[in-house]
Amino acid sequence: MPLASYQTSVPVVVDDAKCIADKGCTVCVDVCPLDVLRISDMTNKAYMAYDECWYCMPCEADCPTGAVTVNIPYLLR
Amino acid sequence: MALDQIVDELSEVSCDVLVIGGGTAGPMAALKAKLKNPKANVVLLEKANVKRSGAISMGMDGLNNAVIPGYATPEQYTKEITIANDGIVDQKAVYKYAQNCYKIIEELDSFGIRFLKNENGDYAVKKVHHIGTYVLPMPNGETVKKALYRQLRRARILISNRYMATRLLKSSDGRIAGAISVNTRTAEMLVIKAKAVILCMGAAGRLGLPTSGYMFGTYENAANSGDGYAMAYHAGAALANLECFQINPLIKDYNGPACAYVAGPFGAYTANNEGSRFIECDYWSGQMMLEFYNELLSGKGPVFLQLKHLHPDTISEIESTLHKVERPTRGLFQQGRGVDYRSESIEMHISEIGFCSGHSASGVFVDDNARTTVPGLYAAGDMASVPHNYMLGAFTNGSVAGIDAMEFADSHDFAEFDAADVALERDRVMAPTKREDGIPPNQIEYKTRRLVNDYLQPPKVTRKYELGMRRLAEAREDMQERMIARNAHELLRALEVQSIMDCADMAAHASLYREESRWGLYHWRTDFPEKDNENWFCHTLLSKRDGKMTSEKRAVEPYVVPIADDEKDLYDKQRIRATA
Repeated sequence: MPLASYQTSVPVVVDDAKCIADKGCTVCVDVCPLDVLRISDMTNKAYMAYDECWYCMPCEADCPTGAVTVNIPYLLR
Repeated sequence: MALDQIVDELSEVSCDVLVIGGGTAGPMAALKAKLKNPKANVVLLEKANVKRSGAISMGMDGLNNAVIPGYATPEQYTKEITIANDGIVDQKAVYKYAQNCYKIIEELDSFGIRFLKNENGDYAVKKVHHIGTYVLPMPNGETVKKALYRQLRRARILISNRYMATRLLKSSDGRIAGAISVNTRTAEMLVIKAKAVILCMGAAGRLGLPTSGYMFGTYENAANSGDGYAMAYHAGAALANLECFQINPLIKDYNGPACAYVAGPFGAYTANNEGSRFIECDYWSGQMMLEFYNELLSGKGPVFLQLKHLHPDTISEIESTLHKVERPTRGLFQQGRGVDYRSESIEMHISEIGFCSGHSASGVFVDDNARTTVPGLYAAGDMASVPHNYMLGAFTNGSVAGIDAMEFADSHDFAEFDAADVALERDRVMAPTKREDGIPPNQIEYKTRRLVNDYLQPPKVTRKYELGMRRLAEAREDMQERMIARNAHELLRALEVQSIMDCADMAAHASLYREESRWGLYHWRTDFPEKDNENWFCHTLLSKRDGKMTSEKRAVEPYVVPIADDEKDLYDKQRIRATA
């Protein structure tokens, strides 16, 4: 059975200009309870790889440079 | 390397005491075990990262069940919880909790967690329950996890993050021998031999489906997929009163707590669309939830948490707590909708079902030493059967489990398990990665949880349950034969679905077994609408026998604290009576 990917606007947004994942930081990826953040191979910045969030906030609260923002996603708003 | 690429390998380690789950009960259990015998090896295994895992990932606003000398007595608390839980309580464990929890509060205080005090320096305990006074705010509640983590590092607990435990190992004589786990980012398997194992794996919070359009709600940490219940079941441990579901009043759409325990003591209350109170007490009980449910359907809904009558300064104080700890996105959500507590009430709704002894009573059956029915296996926190135990119960009973488990480990050698059990489990775990084609885990999960909503959610109708169980069996077959996982992260979700499916089956089986109605909305059976104390004033224990799910009755232990006849139904009188 072929699989298709599904369009979704993700709640966790990373400001690439502030993110220091390219300097070796992995704080947001480390603390996420649902393990949905990763460092991009292309940009070397953190991003939300899986849309499986419960809006708990450690990624935003623990980011040393304030690069991460958690938004309430569209369907909950 | 591609994202979350699968590494098909297996290794083995050993420790004296293995604690599974690093949320609330787990860290305390690990700490107490290590302090009991500093020479022993204690491993704390966690599916996420202990720094931010579990229900208190972002801290907690306060203690909901603090038994503090001068404000409440262990006898009074035990009585209150017995009545709130319709009498089906082994009081010994509740009484022991009530006696020990003050010591734990002092210990948490020494870790740097502060509790609200009044101008005389006494604890500023607030009233939310029907009878007694047990709610104690935590002004720096957002620091709880950090404070715990410091203690774990200091005690040199071995922490293994990103390992999901999947099955327990036992010896041929039935003693615990360890656990099997999977790395959630590489799928490498790790067998951990242990003399004693403590399960602290949280609620089954991904059982019903939120109506938001997302699979994960905002109430339970979605990592709490019921893995502990499933593991205990497959290890042959008994699970108690699973038909006593968890159903909570939550902010509509946001699907997170409002939270009445914070706002209530300041004068907030639950109201209907006329702005009138309809329940006597906002403490979460099945009886209260039944009145909530009735009001929603009566034409007097929606139901609201009302704060707007309070002084603006009071509202600001409540706001500063609600928007800082537990679920800080609460504030973001209200802001997005333009809801100001000063002028508008908070629309509430009813949650989907789950298992969680933190607020109700279902869980892996434990005695007052946190021992399960499997020798060497312990359970504490939201997944163990001590009722209404909240965060402080997780800490206190986690402490009990840690000490007793280390005593067990000190007096036993490793139990031998059968290597064939590991091979069998490896095949089960890796099966979704071996298929080229099939159904992704999120679709199996969606379908399973939709069936839970459609067929298992109260009111419980026998005919619906029978149909629901048939549909679930079909979904199980798809899960076992056709589910695919293309990387380690999908495998994590695929394994979680299997826990969810087991919990759904247990919820159905347990609910059909108890042929009466009890605990208000939690176990409201339309075919047996009355409480039947003659036949069902007992626990129900569910377990796996010869590969099959079975249920049996177990007598309620004689009460330590007697309850007078005229006190027994205090929680049944929740609805405010109209007076002329």
